Amino acid sequence: MNKMNAKLKLSKTAKSNAITYLIVIVVYLAVQILLAGGHVSSLMEGLLVPLCIYVMLAVSLNLTVGILGELSLGHAGFMCVGAFAGAFFSKCTQGAMPDGIRFFLALVLGAVAAGVFGIIIGIPVLRLKGDYLAIVTLAFGEIIKNLVNVLYIGRDSDGFHFSMKDSISLHLKEDGEVLINGAQGITGTPHDASFTVGIILILLSLFIILNLVNSRDGRAIMSIRDNRIAAESVGINITKYKLMAFSISASIAGVAGVLYAHNLSTLTALPKNFGYNMSIMILVFVVLGGIGNIRGSILAAVILTLLPELLRGLSDYRMLIYAVVLIVMMLFNWSPKAVAWKESMKEKYFSGFQKKTGAGASAVNTEKKEVK
Amino acid sequence: MALLEVKNLTISFGGLRAVDDFKLTIKKGQLYGLIGPNGAGKTTVFNLLTGVYKPDEGIIRLEEKDITGLKTIEINKAGIARTFQNIRLFKELSVLDNVKVGLHNNYPYHTLEGIFRLPGYYRMEKKMNEKAMELLKVFDLDNEADYLAANLPYGKQRKLEIARALATDPKLLLLDEPAAGMNPNETGELMDTIRFVRKEFDMTVLLIEHDMKLVSGICEELTVLNFGRILTQGRTADVLNDPQVITAYLGE
Repeated sequence: MNKMNAKLKLSKTAKSNAITYLIVIVVYLAVQILLAGGHVSSLMEGLLVPLCIYVMLAVSLNLTVGILGELSLGHAGFMCVGAFAGAFFSKCTQGAMPDGIRFFLALVLGAVAAGVFGIIIGIPVLRLKGDYLAIVTLAFGEIIKNLVNVLYIGRDSDGFHFSMKDSISLHLKEDGEVLINGAQGITGTPHDASFTVGIILILLSLFIILNLVNSRDGRAIMSIRDNRIAAESVGINITKYKLMAFSISASIAGVAGVLYAHNLSTLTALPKNFGYNMSIMILVFVVLGGIGNIRGSILAAVILTLLPELLRGLSDYRMLIYAVVLIVMMLFNWSPKAVAWKESMKEKYFSGFQKKTGAGASAVNTEKKEVK
Repeated sequence: MALLEVKNLTISFGGLRAVDDFKLTIKKGQLYGLIGPNGAGKTTVFNLLTGVYKPDEGIIRLEEKDITGLKTIEINKAGIARTFQNIRLFKELSVLDNVKVGLHNNYPYHTLEGIFRLPGYYRMEKKMNEKAMELLKVFDLDNEADYLAANLPYGKQRKLEIARALATDPKLLLLDEPAAGMNPNETGELMDTIRFVRKEFDMTVLLIEHDMKLVSGICEELTVLNFGRILTQGRTADVLNDPQVITAYLGE
């Protein structure tokens, strides 16, 4: 009986995870078929890679907000770090090694760079809670963006030159080349990103996050979210696990950044792409998809990215409908009646699995209670 | 041999001496009670013993080892586990997972083993599941293993907290008002559970309680606190008949 129970539980989460992977794969195949048939407009085709990027960002932020239960508003900052680290690496080593290997290394480097920033920022910041943490992460995101905007790196036969002032003060020789040109960013990054790579990276992110959540470390992270004092009392190392969740979340955002950089020929750190608007948009995906609900984040990111484009024909009413959809999704996910209705539907049609969709759904609420 | 030895323990908050010159000796296997009126400093003593507060003065020894001023997690690893006056469960985790968080340090595997689902993950998770179900069974919670902890009835939440504390494999278990909010039936059941835990796990228990039926029923020795100071200490029957104690509880 004991063993059966335990086994049942394992297979239940495994099933739920499998469904998430399956959704991604099915969507991928469907899009591929549509592409092959020529049913996708070039506008939509151009959206496919950004879509993957937003999904990765939403899923990774959900690790911080939903699983760890800390509100972070600097996610775009980590994406920015990853983007510039990856693009810089690609720019330096272009031609020196096969494209595939170079891109792979750029992804790894982006992940590591963003992860290191996550740790550096996390050590002081994770001592704060709630609103304070949100404000400080917001500031960090902006600082990173602004630092990148005054960063000048060049290369000539002497090696690398670095400046925070302008490209002339790099004092490059005749054969020199400016790699990062301040506010003009990096130009000429190779175009390695594709929908297939994006989907592979999404699957990889999901694999890491879902497996982490359903392991010993994931339980420790969630125990901190649910009750920090109790977690400490049973010997959970709060700092270690907070940093772990935060830096893994940052790493995945960094990978999304590398993908972003390799999808554009010119990479600049504008408020539009790495500013707080972006961080808040990612947070909107997470909140609307259901805090702590990874699959919800994916769906929310896809719907809310596609919607403005699908509604382009309606011109002026576009943002109005977008706003209405936001409100409807919010109600659908959070109003008690809608939640109850969903539960009853689930009981009816899928009795057995997915009792835990709500796990973490009230993370924000519990957090608030605790502050009191 | 004394399992826990506390001497001269003192802490002040601002000008208030919340705990003053507290001493305590608990022998292995004992059921020890800490009682006193509201605001006497009982929970503060627990917080000092578990490292939530650092004492201004005094020494805490667990099995002759000095644990004064260690962090909460180090004290837990040294062998003290506790429950809380206002229940602190991991509400959004399942009952089983609550206990598994308690097993965290005793069944380690590497993060990467978890993420990449290497054999170590399956081996340890299997052991954890078995151990956790075993503990849940002791507290008659095995049928609710899949419930979210928040959905358990009150009495079972209290039991789950004890199960989670025991999962850390402690030498000393601190129970902060385990019978608070329970009806006489549940209290009686709780007394049986505490007795059983002591026997089954060979556990030493220190508990704070207001319910005199429970205290006189299971505690062998008592310490009475009043205004942060020890009023009296000794065998339960003697202490409860002490006129000082009666005055402290009922007033002049």
